[in-house]
Amino acid sequence: MSKALLYDATMCIGCKQCEGACAEQNKLPYDDKVAGEAVQSEHKYTVVLTKDDKFMRRLCMHCQHPACASVCPVGAFHKTAEGPVVYDVWKCIGCRYCMVACPFAQPKYEWQSLNPRVRKCIMCPDRLKAGKQTACAEICPTGATKFGERDDLIKEAQERIRQNPSNYIPHIYGLAEVGGTSVLLLSGVPFEQFGYPKSEKIGDVALPEYTMRVLSKIPDFIPLWALVLGGVYWITHRREDVAAAETQDKTHGGAQ
Amino acid sequence: MKFKLTLWKLVFVVIMGLGIYSAYVRYAHGLGAVSNMNDQFPWGIWIGFDVLCGVMLAAGGFIVTGAVHLLNIERLHSIVRPTILTAFLGYCLVIIGLCFDLGRPWFIWHQLIYMNPHSVMFEVGFCVMFYTAVLFFEFLPNVLERFNLKKPLAWVKNIMAVLVVAGILLSTLHQSSLGTLYLIMPSKLHPFWYSPALPFFFFGSAIAVGLAMTIFESTLSSRKFGRQLELPVLIELGGALLVVLWVNALLRAEDLYRRDQLANVFKPSYETYFLWLEVLLAFVIPITLLSFKKVRQSPNGLYLAAVTCLLGFVTNRLNVSVTGFETWVGHHYVPKWTEFMITLSIIAAGFALFGLAVKYLPIFPAEEHTAARQVEAKARPVPVAPVLEHAGD
Repeated sequence: MSKALLYDATMCIGCKQCEGACAEQNKLPYDDKVAGEAVQSEHKYTVVLTKDDKFMRRLCMHCQHPACASVCPVGAFHKTAEGPVVYDVWKCIGCRYCMVACPFAQPKYEWQSLNPRVRKCIMCPDRLKAGKQTACAEICPTGATKFGERDDLIKEAQERIRQNPSNYIPHIYGLAEVGGTSVLLLSGVPFEQFGYPKSEKIGDVALPEYTMRVLSKIPDFIPLWALVLGGVYWITHRREDVAAAETQDKTHGGAQ
Repeated sequence: MKFKLTLWKLVFVVIMGLGIYSAYVRYAHGLGAVSNMNDQFPWGIWIGFDVLCGVMLAAGGFIVTGAVHLLNIERLHSIVRPTILTAFLGYCLVIIGLCFDLGRPWFIWHQLIYMNPHSVMFEVGFCVMFYTAVLFFEFLPNVLERFNLKKPLAWVKNIMAVLVVAGILLSTLHQSSLGTLYLIMPSKLHPFWYSPALPFFFFGSAIAVGLAMTIFESTLSSRKFGRQLELPVLIELGGALLVVLWVNALLRAEDLYRRDQLANVFKPSYETYFLWLEVLLAFVIPITLLSFKKVRQSPNGLYLAAVTCLLGFVTNRLNVSVTGFETWVGHHYVPKWTEFMITLSIIAAGFALFGLAVKYLPIFPAEEHTAARQVEAKARPVPVAPVLEHAGD
């Protein structure tokens, strides 16, 4: 039902073909210079990081409950039924709240542009609609990036850990993090070595929950507070009217 | 005196000139050229100061209108107009500041059609928009009186009750929601500042700053525009400020204790220094000053307490929006000089517009009930300043 990517760092050979395919798919420049950049940017949605002989991919995690979509004042981000978190550039006003809110720091900005857009991996939604897999998964020569149903990929990841426990740290990153993501990661070394936030730090709670705990009270709060304020206004001014009427009565009575 | 004036005018012209140059860089070369914001620090001082602090510094508007119109505290009446002016200018400047910060400010109206009710930013945007409209109407009588337009003046006075209630309601919502903005980042914001109670802290600090700003602005007005200082009113505000500061301080301490952060407060770290700077300026110094009756009743004492309090809460909001993220990001953000110039120009424009409004509009000869003033005079040992030079109404 919902599509996902499983990236297995132990199978990755660091060929960076996913980077090139991603650039081509999204019509971004890709040459040796870009290939040498070890950071994501507005022109590099995914990056293969190298540390000693270990590799790790970084890309948008396509959260099940994306913070970026929840915080955007104009709803420029949304999670599609197929899994990708996509961006409607024509809605965007450029407030960059998505960038501040994302726990994985994935949205990047066209800082040099006069009509800047937020840029990030959008999981090839057009290809998915056409029944194809993502460009990065298609090109991967070792199957380190695998495309499929999220549920199937979770089972496969569990199976891989079970069959080869010495190869993996026993954790599927993205299974539960911030309420689950559509990108799942397996690795032999801790994920935070490659800049992923620690699982216990970001937690399993879907991040929009934190705001909804407050926002959900507002519809009740508004009429209640308005009633209190209106009531106070009425009482204080009523008191004034009464006092005015009384003094008028008195002076009237005194004069007669 | 004359020399001093020209000096200030010179400062103003220099700031505005550099500000206009920075604005040119912003719109001709983009956000990357004008600021030190980047993918790691997408929000800089234009959000941290211009918006977060701007809205807070304009909070006096809803607090004083609330006290006077809602609670019917008549003796504060004379400060309503200048506070509304401050608030109205403040919100206008926040919106102008946003037009520099937004990547696509020409689409700011998208808020009205692509509404996302799950977004705190949407709620803040809507409240700020409506509240600026409310402030416009609360400010309008100044202009109408100036041109002696009696009929529209009567219309505005008719809806004043609705305006006041709507203003307080909208302010409660968006002042607190500025804190709610940060609730979605529990892993990014440093635990000194991330708290589920952020909305309450933002609202509480807005009340403190609203009071402090009113003292600050009244004192400056009396010094610069030759207006009589209304010491009894300011003393009253100072007393309220002391109480509000205590409440704020105790809630903050309790929150740090409950989240097991109290021990870390004494461990030296980058964040600890900034936390203490904030605590010192926002709580320790003003609370100490205001606790002495002698200080609380002197114009200079009140002014000093108000200014440190303002600096303290500005530090607080910059800590929430900048300092608190630096460890997560892994490096520091220091604004570029052009970024500073935009912010300084906005502040300078605020002072200049305030001065112009005071010069051309009936901001100060506010209607005041003589009865209330007589009561005031009896209750207070301090001589009441004669406010009504032009007893118009």
